[in-house]
Amino acid sequence: MARFKKAGSRKVPGINTGSMSDIIFMFLFFFMVITTIREVTLLVKIKPPAASEIQKLEKKALVSFIYVGQPLQSKFGNESRIQLNNSFASVSDIQAFIAAERQARDEADRKMLTTSLKVDGDTKMGIVTDVKQELRKAGAFKINYSTRKKGKVTE
Amino acid sequence: MARISPELNTGSMADISFLLLTFFLLTSSIDTDQGITRKLPPPLDPKNPPPDINIKERNVLKVLVSKSNALLVQGKYIDIRDLKETAKNFLANPQNRQDLPETEEKEIPGLGKIKVSKGVISLKNDRGTSYETYIHVQNELAAAISELRNDLSKQRFGVKFSDLDNSKSDAISKAVPVAISEAEPENIGGK
Repeated sequence: MARFKKAGSRKVPGINTGSMSDIIFMFLFFFMVITTIREVTLLVKIKPPAASEIQKLEKKALVSFIYVGQPLQSKFGNESRIQLNNSFASVSDIQAFIAAERQARDEADRKMLTTSLKVDGDTKMGIVTDVKQELRKAGAFKINYSTRKKGKVTE
Repeated sequence: MARISPELNTGSMADISFLLLTFFLLTSSIDTDQGITRKLPPPLDPKNPPPDINIKERNVLKVLVSKSNALLVQGKYIDIRDLKETAKNFLANPQNRQDLPETEEKEIPGLGKIKVSKGVISLKNDRGTSYETYIHVQNELAAAISELRNDLSKQRFGVKFSDLDNSKSDAISKAVPVAISEAEPENIGGK
């Protein structure tokens, strides 16, 4: 005849939570690798247009950004403005900005410098053309129109 | 008898790493550094204007995006959905028509002798054009070129352009160059 243990003496074993922190740390490292820390605080509204034929910018260290869009705070007006680093700038500041960006890089990398134009979709092309003309004068010919990803137009 | 060292309480470790995780999630962003890459032409020297290169009329496709975001190709209004086909037809010139660009036989390593189009798409915009429309047009033109590259790649190597190795994709890029010129701006529509 089978014997049964008394129900009262059974003890639920505690769950081992030692490996929990390892799992979370793995998550943490994963996020640290795939994300980038924002370097500038945006002063302008940027909602880039969508495009399907996009290329990824490969070397992030060799990219300098120019932001163009409507100021977020209405006290700066409604006209689209240019933001370089952490402040508003005018078109004439771009050459100095490019020179400073070049200066910050190694000599070997300077030719590879790409300028990423982060421009809001509602911006008029006039200001973008001005920026492009300044970039030509500064000798920064490699540009990238920053866009969101969109599915293929056809197929 | 060896003394048994007391176990470290690691229960709060998970909490600490959770805190770090949330901190990084909040301060960082998955940045989308992607877009349409283009090369700007070097600036014009006013003292030293470039020699008048005779580009034949048939070799240029004039695309203009107007102030009201309308699209004109060779002076005619067209729908943006037709732009890609127009550009493809212009660059490929499959029927060898006289009013479409000339082709030039070139020796390209990896492909042998191949006809390369002399066509150039000249993209002009107005100061009043919206950036979104401009990017849309750029995107359609880029799509035309990438489709032509894909076609050639499938015909020659049997795989998509993006799956080719470096030397082969370089060869295809030479056979179908990115012939988009962002023309000198003109002030028409004001700010």
